[in-house]
Amino acid sequence: MSVMIEAENVRFTYPGAASPALDGVSVAIERGAFTVVLGHNGSGKSTFAKMCNAVLLPDEGSVSVEGMDTRNEELLLAIRQRVGMVFQNPDNQIVANVVEEDVAFAPENLGVPPDEIRRRVDASLHAVGMDEFVTHAPHLLSGGQKQRIAIAGVLAMRPDCIVLDEATAMLDPMGRREVLSTVRRLNREQGITVLLITHHMNEAEDADRVLVMDDGRIVMDGTPKEVFSRVEQLRDTGLTVPETVELLDRLCQDGMPMPLDALSVDECADAIANALARKG
Amino acid sequence: MESILQIRHLTHTYSIGTPFERDAVRDVSFEVGRGEFLGIIGHTGSGKSTLIQHLNGLLRPTEGQVLLSGRDIWAEPKKIRDVRFRVGLVFQYPEYQLFEETVYKDIAFGPVNQGRQGAELDRCVRDAARLVGLREDQLDKSPFELSGGQKRRAALAGVLAMEPDVLILDEPTAGLDPVGRETLMENIRAYHREQGKTILLVSHSMDEIARNVDRILVMKSARILMDGTPPEVFSRSEELLSAGLDIPHAARIAIALRRRGLDIPPDVYTVDALEREILRLRKETVPC
Repeated sequence: MSVMIEAENVRFTYPGAASPALDGVSVAIERGAFTVVLGHNGSGKSTFAKMCNAVLLPDEGSVSVEGMDTRNEELLLAIRQRVGMVFQNPDNQIVANVVEEDVAFAPENLGVPPDEIRRRVDASLHAVGMDEFVTHAPHLLSGGQKQRIAIAGVLAMRPDCIVLDEATAMLDPMGRREVLSTVRRLNREQGITVLLITHHMNEAEDADRVLVMDDGRIVMDGTPKEVFSRVEQLRDTGLTVPETVELLDRLCQDGMPMPLDALSVDECADAIANALARKG
Repeated sequence: MESILQIRHLTHTYSIGTPFERDAVRDVSFEVGRGEFLGIIGHTGSGKSTLIQHLNGLLRPTEGQVLLSGRDIWAEPKKIRDVRFRVGLVFQYPEYQLFEETVYKDIAFGPVNQGRQGAELDRCVRDAARLVGLREDQLDKSPFELSGGQKRRAALAGVLAMEPDVLILDEPTAGLDPVGRETLMENIRAYHREQGKTILLVSHSMDEIARNVDRILVMKSARILMDGTPPEVFSRSEELLSAGLDIPHAARIAIALRRRGLDIPPDVYTVDALEREILRLRKETVPC
């Protein structure tokens, strides 16, 4: 598997800040992978996300996208076309007065032919479940709907990689599920690399890989099962564990031995039912 | 319980006379008791934001009435400002509204406009800062020097400083990390305990609602779908799920356990209760 984004010993300090936001981050994000980055506020995860399409540049070390160094200004357009970003606040990302025009903004600027723009706009809005809002005014939509429009706007660029920087934070559970299943489908069916930055532990459950950041460093790196069964270490970094693991961990402490890697609701219920059956 | 807010047959229609005309809230009636901690849930577009903006007169009903302490808030439209002092609304991401030179001045903005001054002003600013967990030395800082979570607290303090009878919080913990969410909710719980003021909490997090409120309103398609205590509402978990709403994670696990033939009561919706029930089942299955 080839590498989509590679960070090598990246250090970065915001102007005037006392301590670095990134303090030696080295990681390779593989093409086609679904990677989730977890960390508390101020852990450096959003700074890392912004390094991935050259919104920020490293003070030391380097970041490359498909082998292109983000510090090379001539490659900026190519890099941003490959890696699309979706931010937390949809209101800051919407530029047009009609939904379809907003989604068409990026392909128009990339010089895509009109027929192709039409196809991309329709397909992108369909992918985020907003087909029926094509001619609506974005300002009359709810926050969750606006965010789905913003995601459609990125999809219309046909990027190789999408970075979602807490893009689900303002959505309701249904909107969040829709966005997540959309990015998962794009990942699975079209092979788009996904880097999802979040505080919501449950969003990491079926990722290929979970990175946990703390103090500007990557402190945990593994599959969801590997990462979430390290309950104490997660708590030490200011994170919680999914309720399934929380329950299993408590039952262990109550003297009922339980596997801590039964992450999904069904796995967790199976583990509990089995333990009770054994006892009987 | 004495009602502080009475909402009677409230309807709100957006874009009247255009092709986009639609009812965001349709014939909604409910009452809120003084001192009650009420949760409002419903998915995006269900009408909850439109609803709460009527409670302090930011929106005017297309039809129906909002009564505060028994009085229609639109009886004298010129006095609507007094309603806004009595019903404090904290929007989503309130930190975007910080603007003053210091945190102290920002918190003082509301009470100054209420006409408070001198020692009285100083007291309500400091009380509000304490309630949200801001330190004295942070009051002299620029709000923009604070971290995201601290900014959120400063913005919340700006509303608390007006000492409203009713506090409405729209997604107060959105975007905060797990520790930030829990400490902010602890501050809000402490405020409710100490001051006995009425709180309306709008949240997408069923776990947050499950842990904090006395009563839940469930909104769906511009109407109220359910109105009851958390055990009452969450015992209808399957119904909530089929309405496209979320339920607490513990309630999901409880449903999965019931499907495996385990005897878990319908009103179990917290990890604590689930842990107790599983330990009870374990005891019962111990061979005599």
